[in-house]
Amino acid sequence: MDRIRKRFRWDVLLLPLVGIGVVFALWALTSATLSKNLPSPVKTWDASRPYILSPFEKRGELDQGILRFTWYSLVLVAKGYALAILIGTPLGFWLGLSKLFTKAFDPIIQILRPVSPLAWLPLGLVLFEKSHPAAVFTIAICAMWPTVLNTALGVRAIPQDYLNVARVLKLSRMKTLFKVLLPATLPYMFTGFRLSLGIAWLVIVAVEMLTGTPGVGGFLWQEYNSLIYEHIILCIGTIGVVGFILDRMMSLAEARFKVA
Amino acid sequence: MALLELKGVRKSFGTTDVLGGIDLSIERGEFVSIVGFSGSGKTTLLSILAGLLQPDSGSVLLNGVPVREPGRERAVVFQNYSLLPWMTVHENIALGVDQAFSDWPADRRRAHVEKYVALVKLTPAKNKRPHELSGGMRQRVAVARALAMDPEILLMDEPLGALDALTRATLQDEIEKIWEEDRKTVVLITNDVDEGVLLADRIIAMTPGPGAVLGPSVTVDIPRPRNRKALNHDPRFKEIRNGILEFLLERGRRRRAALAESVR
Repeated sequence: MDRIRKRFRWDVLLLPLVGIGVVFALWALTSATLSKNLPSPVKTWDASRPYILSPFEKRGELDQGILRFTWYSLVLVAKGYALAILIGTPLGFWLGLSKLFTKAFDPIIQILRPVSPLAWLPLGLVLFEKSHPAAVFTIAICAMWPTVLNTALGVRAIPQDYLNVARVLKLSRMKTLFKVLLPATLPYMFTGFRLSLGIAWLVIVAVEMLTGTPGVGGFLWQEYNSLIYEHIILCIGTIGVVGFILDRMMSLAEARFKVA
Repeated sequence: MALLELKGVRKSFGTTDVLGGIDLSIERGEFVSIVGFSGSGKTTLLSILAGLLQPDSGSVLLNGVPVREPGRERAVVFQNYSLLPWMTVHENIALGVDQAFSDWPADRRRAHVEKYVALVKLTPAKNKRPHELSGGMRQRVAVARALAMDPEILLMDEPLGALDALTRATLQDEIEKIWEEDRKTVVLITNDVDEGVLLADRIIAMTPGPGAVLGPSVTVDIPRPRNRKALNHDPRFKEIRNGILEFLLERGRRRRAALAESVR
């Protein structure tokens, strides 16, 4: 028992720490030798301390605690992501249910899917003339594809048996949708939701940089322009950690639906 | 007039001729077994009876009216149970009941579902999900779901095929008992000749596909209730069973010989 416990800790706690340690060592080495402009870990910590230790403080529009910036980013992501899911899920269902619809729209979806957020944002600005709706638009249009494609995949993967049951029980369209199709597709949908959230979080940084919206990405760009490179690293770390937490949370939600 | 009447029903998938002209007539209250090798097109035939598939030619008449789609008067018990895994036993049965009897008050629908849960002896497991149940229990849910629709005809597609021999025997006895209560019309598709003879009023062999047709229909004139143990020594039972078996084996031999000929 004791042995198992030790082994367990070694695997899931110590090894990741070793990995992180190696990266920090490489970072320190690089900043000390190759690139003098790259702040060392110690310098980064010193410069980031006020932002981390009072994470919600607001000293000025572009000088706020890191979690306060994170919160702004999360709110913006939430808006875009909600829109992505609201559009993406029905679109995916439609694609999954209708061969005709798939034939008509799959090619254009495959063409629009790889377009970078950097390309969508100017179009959003042209359309909405304001940075906030343009940002939401860009996040939504970039993040919705995994939801669309996974939902469609899930609908196509519904066993014929379930559809036969719905038919012989003479279920109405609404009942078939909500009692059979939707629950059968849910695990796939959640995979799509998780991937979409990951993309939404990727897009936010680019969008904030281009629009100058306050948030982690906006802060990062502003500090680059002010030559405070330590804060670039602070932002990168924050973006990574938040993204990781979001993904973990979605995985847990996803696992709940995998039972069926 | 027969309750269900099939005339010259043919069905092929692509170039494979599955059903090659099926004629079948079933009277109200009759229990008919159709036995045949696996892969002979039995499930296709049942799907046509259920209205899930349309024949390429020929007619399927129910009370003289052509069958074009599934209907409430025909309930189906599928081979692989086909329960919805995210629903409990009660919910699986209620799914069809709530739809079919939507004009009933909720209490009455609930009581109706409970009645059928009890009929298949699953009251203690009514809040369990299919993955928590054994194969035999799952098949009971499927039977209850079909019966709760209060159909005119019960269509069963190898309902006990996936079960072990003992569970199978128990469920056969239960099906017979349940059937004795209201004598609904039943079409049972099976690959087990003993099962077919034990349960049915009439047993019909299906020749091996492609181009499957039905063989002669044999009336099982053994009085009910039938005792499984005594049946093993019943000369009439043996006679019917052996007749069907011989027919199937002979047709199977001819089929294989024809295939070997065509390969050569």
